[in-house]
Amino acid sequence: MVKFALPRKSKVTEGKNWPKPESASETREFKVYRWNPDDDENPRVDTFHVDLNECGPRVLDGLIWIKDHIDPTLTFRRSCREGVCGSCAMNINGQNTLACTKSLHDISGDAVKVNPLPHQPVVKDLVPDLTNFYAQYASIEPWLKTTTSTPQKEWRQSREDREKLDGLYECILCACCSTACPSYWWNSDRFLGPAALLQAARWVTDSRDEAAGERLDYLEDPFRLYRCHTILNCTKACPKSLNPAEAIATLKLKLVERQV
Amino acid sequence: MTATPPSGAKSMRTPLGRVRNHGSAHSGTTDFWRQRLTSVAMILLIVPMVVVMMILLGRNQAGAAQILGSPPIAIIMLLFVVASIWHMKIGMQVIIEDYVHDGKLKLASIMANNFFSVTLALTAAYAIFKLSSGV
Repeated sequence: MVKFALPRKSKVTEGKNWPKPESASETREFKVYRWNPDDDENPRVDTFHVDLNECGPRVLDGLIWIKDHIDPTLTFRRSCREGVCGSCAMNINGQNTLACTKSLHDISGDAVKVNPLPHQPVVKDLVPDLTNFYAQYASIEPWLKTTTSTPQKEWRQSREDREKLDGLYECILCACCSTACPSYWWNSDRFLGPAALLQAARWVTDSRDEAAGERLDYLEDPFRLYRCHTILNCTKACPKSLNPAEAIATLKLKLVERQV
Repeated sequence: MTATPPSGAKSMRTPLGRVRNHGSAHSGTTDFWRQRLTSVAMILLIVPMVVVMMILLGRNQAGAAQILGSPPIAIIMLLFVVASIWHMKIGMQVIIEDYVHDGKLKLASIMANNFFSVTLALTAAYAIFKLSSGV
Protein backbone atom coordinates (compact mmCIF):
# COMPACT_ATOMS: atom_id res chain seq x y z
CA MET A 1 0.00 0.00 0.00
CA VAL A 2 0.98 3.58 -0.39
CA LYS A 3 2.84 4.94 2.65
CA PHE A 4 1.17 7.83 4.42
CA ALA A 5 3.83 8.17 7.13
CA LEU A 6 7.56 8.73 6.81
CA PRO A 7 9.87 5.72 7.34
CA ARG A 8 11.32 5.49 10.87
CA LYS A 9 14.74 6.83 9.86
CA SER A 10 13.16 9.74 7.98
CA LYS A 11 11.07 11.10 10.88
CA VAL A 12 12.06 14.70 11.41
CA THR A 13 13.29 15.66 14.88
CA GLU A 14 13.95 19.02 16.51
CA GLY A 15 17.43 20.24 15.67
CA LYS A 16 19.93 22.77 16.90
CA ASN A 17 18.85 26.26 17.88
CA TRP A 18 21.69 28.47 16.68
CA PRO A 19 22.16 31.64 18.78
CA LYS A 20 21.02 35.01 17.46
CA PRO A 21 23.85 37.16 16.08
CA GLU A 22 24.63 39.63 18.88
CA SER A 23 25.11 42.70 16.72
CA ALA A 24 21.92 42.23 14.65
CA SER A 25 19.12 44.75 15.18
CA GLU A 26 16.57 43.09 12.88
CA THR A 27 16.47 39.31 12.42
CA ARG A 28 14.23 36.70 10.77
CA GLU A 29 13.90 33.16 12.02
CA PHE A 30 14.69 30.37 9.53
CA LYS A 31 13.72 26.77 10.29
CA VAL A 32 15.75 24.62 7.92
CA TYR A 33 15.59 20.85 7.23
CA ARG A 34 18.95 19.19 7.81
CA TRP A 35 20.07 15.67 7.00
CA ASN A 36 23.55 14.30 6.62
CA PRO A 37 24.10 10.93 4.91
CA ASP A 38 27.42 10.51 6.71
CA ASP A 39 26.00 10.10 10.20
CA ASP A 40 23.26 7.73 11.30
CA GLU A 41 20.98 10.45 12.65
CA ASN A 42 17.38 11.19 11.70
CA PRO A 43 16.65 14.42 9.79
CA ARG A 44 16.25 17.48 12.02
CA VAL A 45 15.05 21.06 11.72
CA ASP A 46 17.64 23.67 12.75
CA THR A 47 16.65 27.18 13.79
CA PHE A 48 18.74 30.09 12.54
CA HIS A 49 18.36 33.85 12.99
CA VAL A 50 19.30 35.81 9.88
CA ASP A 51 20.50 39.41 10.13
CA LEU A 52 18.16 41.19 7.71
CA ASN A 53 20.39 44.26 7.54
CA GLU A 54 23.21 42.18 6.13
CA CYS A 55 21.39 40.00 3.60
CA GLY A 56 19.25 40.51 0.52
CA PRO A 57 15.45 40.32 0.35
CA ARG A 58 14.97 36.76 -0.94
CA VAL A 59 14.90 33.40 0.83
CA LEU A 60 18.03 32.31 -1.07
CA ASP A 61 19.86 35.40 0.25
CA GLY A 62 18.98 34.25 3.78
CA LEU A 63 20.27 30.72 3.12
CA ILE A 64 23.51 32.06 1.63
CA TRP A 65 23.90 34.37 4.67
CA ILE A 66 23.47 31.35 7.00
CA LYS A 67 26.08 29.39 5.03
CA ASP A 68 28.50 32.34 5.06
CA HIS A 69 28.03 33.44 8.68
CA ILE A 70 26.66 30.58 10.79
CA ASP A 71 26.99 27.06 9.37
CA PRO A 72 29.12 26.45 6.26
CA THR A 73 27.94 22.83 6.13
CA LEU A 74 24.39 23.86 5.15
CA THR A 75 23.91 22.32 1.69
CA PHE A 76 21.63 23.54 -1.08
CA ARG A 77 21.73 24.02 -4.85
CA ARG A 78 21.80 27.50 -6.36
CA SER A 79 23.21 29.09 -9.46
CA CYS A 80 21.63 31.97 -11.39
CA ARG A 81 19.82 33.71 -8.51
CA GLU A 82 17.22 35.11 -10.92
CA GLY A 83 14.69 32.34 -11.54
CA VAL A 84 16.20 31.05 -14.76
CA CYS A 85 18.16 27.93 -13.85
CA GLY A 86 15.72 26.20 -11.49
CA SER A 87 18.48 24.94 -9.19
CA CYS A 88 17.19 26.41 -5.91
CA ALA A 89 13.71 24.83 -6.03
CA MET A 90 12.64 23.91 -2.50
CA ASN A 91 9.60 23.83 -0.27
CA ILE A 92 9.19 27.17 1.49
CA ASN A 93 6.42 27.44 4.09
CA GLY A 94 4.56 24.55 2.51
CA GLN A 95 4.80 25.70 -1.11
CA ASN A 96 7.28 24.45 -3.69
CA THR A 97 8.98 27.43 -5.28
CA LEU A 98 12.35 28.97 -6.17
CA ALA A 99 14.26 30.35 -3.16
CA CYS A 100 15.87 32.99 -5.39
CA THR A 101 12.58 34.61 -6.43
CA LYS A 102 10.63 34.11 -3.18
CA SER A 103 10.65 37.35 -1.22
CA LEU A 104 10.97 37.20 2.56
CA HIS A 105 8.33 39.93 2.77
CA ASP A 106 5.78 37.65 1.08
CA ILE A 107 6.10 34.98 3.77
CA SER A 108 3.55 35.43 6.53
CA GLY A 109 4.28 34.31 10.09
CA ASP A 110 7.47 34.63 12.06
CA ALA A 111 9.51 31.71 10.77
CA VAL A 112 10.66 30.93 7.25
CA LYS A 113 10.32 27.14 7.01
CA VAL A 114 12.59 25.61 4.39
CA ASN A 115 12.42 21.96 3.37
CA PRO A 116 13.69 20.03 0.35
CA LEU A 117 11.25 19.28 -2.49
CA PRO A 118 8.73 16.73 -1.15
CA HIS A 119 8.77 12.99 -1.79
CA GLN A 120 12.19 12.77 -3.36
CA PRO A 121 15.18 11.01 -1.83
CA VAL A 122 17.42 13.53 -0.08
CA VAL A 123 21.11 13.68 -0.96
CA LYS A 124 21.91 16.13 1.85
CA ASP A 125 20.02 18.93 3.64
CA LEU A 126 18.01 20.77 0.94
CA VAL A 127 19.37 18.82 -2.04
CA PRO A 128 16.92 16.28 -3.50
CA ASP A 129 17.98 13.44 -5.77
CA LEU A 130 16.28 14.21 -9.11
CA THR A 131 17.77 11.29 -11.07
CA ASN A 132 14.35 9.77 -11.78
CA PHE A 133 12.89 13.19 -12.70
CA TYR A 134 15.65 13.84 -15.28
CA ALA A 135 15.34 10.29 -16.67
CA GLN A 136 11.61 10.86 -17.15
CA TYR A 137 12.40 14.07 -19.04
CA ALA A 138 14.92 12.20 -21.22
CA SER A 139 12.35 9.45 -21.86
CA ILE A 140 10.00 11.81 -23.73
CA GLU A 141 12.88 12.53 -26.17
CA PRO A 142 12.81 16.32 -25.96
CA TRP A 143 14.24 17.13 -29.35
CA LEU A 144 12.91 17.73 -32.87
CA LYS A 145 12.24 14.39 -34.61
CA THR A 146 11.80 14.37 -38.38
CA THR A 147 11.88 11.88 -41.22
CA THR A 148 11.91 14.44 -44.04
CA SER A 149 15.48 15.30 -44.97
CA THR A 150 16.81 18.40 -43.23
CA PRO A 151 16.18 21.55 -45.29
CA GLN A 152 19.21 23.52 -46.49
CA LYS A 153 18.33 26.57 -44.45
CA GLU A 154 15.95 25.86 -41.56
CA TRP A 155 12.73 24.13 -40.49
CA ARG A 156 10.06 26.73 -41.17
CA GLN A 157 7.17 27.51 -38.83
CA SER A 158 4.35 30.02 -39.15
CA ARG A 159 3.99 32.75 -36.56
CA GLU A 160 0.66 31.20 -35.43
CA ASP A 161 2.24 27.75 -34.96
CA ARG A 162 5.14 29.27 -33.04
CA GLU A 163 2.68 31.02 -30.72
CA LYS A 164 1.19 27.64 -29.80
CA LEU A 165 4.46 26.86 -27.99
CA ASP A 166 4.12 29.86 -25.68
CA GLY A 167 3.49 28.67 -22.15
CA LEU A 168 5.19 25.35 -22.93
CA TYR A 169 8.79 26.10 -23.89
CA GLU A 170 9.56 28.33 -20.87
CA CYS A 171 9.80 25.44 -18.39
CA ILE A 172 13.10 25.49 -16.47
CA LEU A 173 12.78 21.91 -15.12
CA CYS A 174 12.96 23.02 -11.48
CA ALA A 175 10.68 20.09 -10.47
CA CYS A 176 8.41 22.28 -8.30
CA CYS A 177 5.33 20.99 -10.17
CA SER A 178 6.10 17.28 -10.25
CA THR A 179 7.07 17.14 -6.58
CA ALA A 180 3.89 19.04 -5.63
CA CYS A 181 1.69 16.43 -7.33
CA PRO A 182 0.10 13.76 -5.08
CA SER A 183 -0.15 11.37 -8.03
CA TYR A 184 3.61 11.79 -8.51
CA TRP A 185 4.18 11.19 -4.79
CA TRP A 186 2.38 7.84 -4.91
CA ASN A 187 3.53 6.64 -8.35
CA SER A 188 6.66 8.55 -9.39
CA ASP A 189 8.21 5.32 -10.66
CA ARG A 190 5.56 5.02 -13.38
CA PHE A 191 3.75 8.39 -13.70
CA LEU A 192 5.89 10.80 -15.74
CA GLY A 193 4.75 13.82 -13.73
CA PRO A 194 3.64 17.30 -14.87
CA ALA A 195 7.08 18.61 -15.88
CA ALA A 196 7.89 15.76 -18.29
CA LEU A 197 4.30 15.79 -19.61
CA LEU A 198 4.40 19.57 -20.18
CA GLN A 199 7.54 19.02 -22.27
CA ALA A 200 5.91 16.10 -24.08
CA ALA A 201 3.02 18.45 -24.94
CA ARG A 202 5.56 21.03 -26.14
CA TRP A 203 6.96 18.57 -28.74
CA VAL A 204 3.56 17.10 -29.69
CA THR A 205 2.37 20.68 -30.34
CA ASP A 206 5.44 21.73 -32.35
CA SER A 207 4.36 21.99 -36.03
CA ARG A 208 7.90 21.14 -37.21
CA ASP A 209 7.98 17.79 -35.41
CA GLU A 210 6.98 14.71 -37.42
CA ALA A 211 6.72 12.24 -34.55
CA ALA A 212 3.59 13.42 -32.73
CA GLY A 213 1.85 10.04 -33.16
CA GLU A 214 4.90 8.16 -31.91
CA ARG A 215 5.12 10.52 -28.92
CA LEU A 216 1.42 9.98 -28.12
CA ASP A 217 1.95 6.21 -28.40
CA TYR A 218 4.67 6.46 -25.75
CA LEU A 219 2.40 8.42 -23.42
CA GLU A 220 -0.77 6.33 -23.86
CA ASP A 221 -0.55 4.37 -20.67
CA PRO A 222 -2.68 4.19 -17.50
CA PHE A 223 0.33 5.24 -15.44
CA ARG A 224 2.59 7.42 -17.62
CA LEU A 225 -0.18 9.91 -18.45
CA TYR A 226 -3.49 8.86 -16.90
CA ARG A 227 -2.33 9.06 -13.28
CA CYS A 228 -2.97 12.80 -13.71
CA HIS A 229 -6.31 13.50 -12.00
CA THR A 230 -6.25 17.26 -12.66
CA ILE A 231 -5.46 18.08 -9.02
CA LEU A 232 -3.83 21.33 -10.25
CA ASN A 233 -1.09 21.48 -7.59
CA CYS A 234 1.36 21.66 -10.51
CA THR A 235 -0.17 24.84 -11.88
CA LYS A 236 -0.33 26.39 -8.41
CA ALA A 237 3.31 25.57 -7.70
CA CYS A 238 4.92 26.62 -11.00
CA PRO A 239 7.25 29.56 -10.25
CA LYS A 240 7.21 30.51 -13.95
CA SER A 241 3.39 30.76 -13.97
CA LEU A 242 3.02 27.97 -16.54
CA ASN A 243 0.02 25.62 -16.67
CA PRO A 244 1.16 21.98 -16.81
CA ALA A 245 -2.39 20.77 -16.01
CA GLU A 246 -3.72 22.41 -19.17
CA ALA A 247 -0.87 20.94 -21.23
CA ILE A 248 -1.68 17.46 -19.89
CA ALA A 249 -5.37 18.02 -20.73
CA THR A 250 -4.39 18.82 -24.35
CA LEU A 251 -2.47 15.53 -24.53
CA LYS A 252 -5.52 13.61 -23.27
CA LEU A 253 -7.72 15.46 -25.76
CA LYS A 254 -5.38 14.56 -28.65
CA LEU A 255 -5.46 10.90 -27.60
CA VAL A 256 -9.27 10.91 -27.49
CA GLU A 257 -9.49 12.76 -30.82
CA ARG A 258 -7.39 10.19 -32.65
CA GLN A 259 -9.56 7.40 -31.26
CA VAL A 260 -13.12 8.75 -31.41
CA MET B 1 11.26 14.20 1.52
CA THR B 2 12.83 10.93 2.49
CA ALA B 3 16.31 10.76 3.92
CA THR B 4 17.60 7.82 1.92
CA PRO B 5 20.59 7.31 -0.34
CA PRO B 6 20.20 8.62 -3.92
CA SER B 7 18.04 6.48 -6.15
CA GLY B 8 20.05 4.07 -8.22
CA ALA B 9 22.34 3.25 -5.32
CA LYS B 10 20.57 -0.09 -4.89
CA SER B 11 20.08 -0.92 -8.58
CA MET B 12 22.58 -1.22 -11.40
CA ARG B 13 19.87 -0.53 -13.98
CA THR B 14 20.14 2.89 -15.64
CA PRO B 15 17.52 5.50 -14.64
CA LEU B 16 16.27 5.71 -18.25
CA GLY B 17 15.97 1.92 -18.41
CA ARG B 18 13.89 1.99 -15.23
CA VAL B 19 11.60 4.74 -16.58
CA ARG B 20 11.08 3.05 -19.96
CA ASN B 21 10.61 -0.33 -18.26
CA HIS B 22 8.32 -2.54 -20.38
CA GLY B 23 7.09 0.30 -22.58
CA SER B 24 3.66 1.81 -22.99
CA ALA B 25 0.49 -0.21 -22.34
CA HIS B 26 -1.16 1.66 -25.28
CA SER B 27 -4.34 1.85 -23.24
CA GLY B 28 -6.07 4.15 -20.79
CA THR B 29 -7.74 6.43 -23.32
CA THR B 30 -10.78 4.15 -23.61
CA ASP B 31 -11.34 4.18 -19.83
CA PHE B 32 -10.70 7.95 -19.72
CA TRP B 33 -13.28 8.52 -22.47
CA ARG B 34 -15.82 6.12 -20.96
CA GLN B 35 -15.54 7.82 -17.59
CA ARG B 36 -16.48 11.15 -19.23
CA LEU B 37 -19.18 9.48 -21.33
CA THR B 38 -20.84 7.91 -18.28
CA SER B 39 -20.55 11.23 -16.37
CA VAL B 40 -22.49 13.05 -19.09
CA ALA B 41 -24.98 10.17 -19.29
CA MET B 42 -25.61 10.40 -15.54
CA ILE B 43 -26.11 14.19 -15.73
CA LEU B 44 -28.80 13.57 -18.35
CA LEU B 45 -30.37 10.63 -16.52
CA ILE B 46 -30.33 11.91 -12.95
CA VAL B 47 -33.50 14.07 -13.22
CA PRO B 48 -35.70 11.37 -14.87
CA MET B 49 -34.24 8.86 -12.42
CA VAL B 50 -35.18 11.01 -9.39
CA VAL B 51 -38.67 11.53 -10.83
CA VAL B 52 -39.13 7.74 -11.22
CA MET B 53 -37.88 7.20 -7.65
CA MET B 54 -40.36 9.81 -6.36
CA ILE B 55 -43.22 8.10 -8.19
CA LEU B 56 -42.17 4.72 -6.76
CA LEU B 57 -42.04 6.00 -3.17
CA GLY B 58 -44.63 4.42 -0.88
CA ARG B 59 -45.98 1.97 -3.48
CA ASN B 60 -46.19 -1.77 -2.93
CA GLN B 61 -44.64 -4.34 -5.27
CA ALA B 62 -47.69 -4.50 -7.52
CA GLY B 63 -47.68 -0.70 -7.88
CA ALA B 64 -43.94 -0.65 -8.58
CA ALA B 65 -44.33 -3.46 -11.14
CA GLN B 66 -47.08 -1.49 -12.86
CA ILE B 67 -44.89 1.64 -13.15
CA LEU B 68 -41.82 -0.29 -14.23
CA GLY B 69 -43.97 -2.07 -16.79
CA SER B 70 -43.77 1.10 -18.82
CA PRO B 71 -40.91 0.55 -21.32
CA PRO B 72 -39.53 4.16 -21.19
CA ILE B 73 -39.29 4.02 -17.39
CA ALA B 74 -37.65 0.59 -17.38
CA ILE B 75 -35.17 1.78 -20.02
CA ILE B 76 -34.31 4.90 -17.99
CA MET B 77 -33.66 2.69 -14.96
CA LEU B 78 -31.49 0.31 -16.98
CA LEU B 79 -29.51 3.12 -18.60
CA PHE B 80 -28.86 4.66 -15.19
CA VAL B 81 -27.70 1.32 -13.76
CA VAL B 82 -25.32 0.73 -16.67
CA ALA B 83 -23.90 4.29 -16.62
CA SER B 84 -23.48 4.56 -12.85
CA ILE B 85 -21.99 1.11 -12.29
CA TRP B 86 -19.63 1.44 -15.23
CA HIS B 87 -18.54 4.82 -13.85
CA MET B 88 -18.11 3.32 -10.37
CA LYS B 89 -16.04 0.44 -11.71
CA ILE B 90 -13.62 2.70 -13.59
CA GLY B 91 -13.37 5.12 -10.64
CA MET B 92 -12.62 2.32 -8.19
CA GLN B 93 -9.97 0.90 -10.52
CA VAL B 94 -8.27 4.32 -10.64
CA ILE B 95 -8.23 4.42 -6.82
CA ILE B 96 -6.76 0.91 -6.63
CA GLU B 97 -4.07 1.75 -9.19
CA ASP B 98 -3.24 4.93 -7.28
CA TYR B 99 -2.87 3.48 -3.83
CA VAL B 100 -2.33 -0.29 -3.97
CA HIS B 101 1.27 -0.94 -4.91
CA ASP B 102 1.68 -4.61 -4.02
CA GLY B 103 1.42 -6.48 -7.34
CA LYS B 104 -0.63 -9.48 -6.15
CA LEU B 105 -2.94 -7.42 -3.94
CA LYS B 106 -3.49 -5.01 -6.85
CA LEU B 107 -4.48 -7.82 -9.24
CA ALA B 108 -6.80 -9.34 -6.62
CA SER B 109 -8.39 -5.93 -5.90
CA ILE B 110 -8.97 -5.21 -9.60
CA MET B 111 -10.50 -8.67 -10.03
CA ALA B 112 -12.77 -8.16 -7.01
CA ASN B 113 -13.79 -4.75 -8.35
CA ASN B 114 -14.77 -6.29 -11.70
CA PHE B 115 -16.65 -9.18 -10.10
CA PHE B 116 -18.50 -6.86 -7.71
CA SER B 117 -19.45 -4.37 -10.46
CA VAL B 118 -20.69 -7.03 -12.89
CA THR B 119 -22.66 -8.80 -10.14
CA LEU B 120 -24.22 -5.54 -8.97
CA ALA B 121 -25.12 -4.47 -12.52
CA LEU B 122 -26.67 -7.83 -13.43
CA THR B 123 -28.57 -8.02 -10.14
CA ALA B 124 -30.03 -4.54 -10.64
CA ALA B 125 -30.88 -5.27 -14.29
CA TYR B 126 -32.51 -8.59 -13.33
CA ALA B 127 -34.63 -6.85 -10.68
CA ILE B 128 -35.79 -4.23 -13.18
CA PHE B 129 -36.60 -6.89 -15.80
CA LYS B 130 -38.45 -8.98 -13.26
CA LEU B 131 -40.55 -6.08 -12.01
CA SER B 132 -41.22 -4.62 -15.43
CA SER B 133 -42.26 -7.96 -16.91
CA GLY B 134 -44.62 -8.44 -13.95
CA VAL B 135 -43.37 -11.96 -13.18
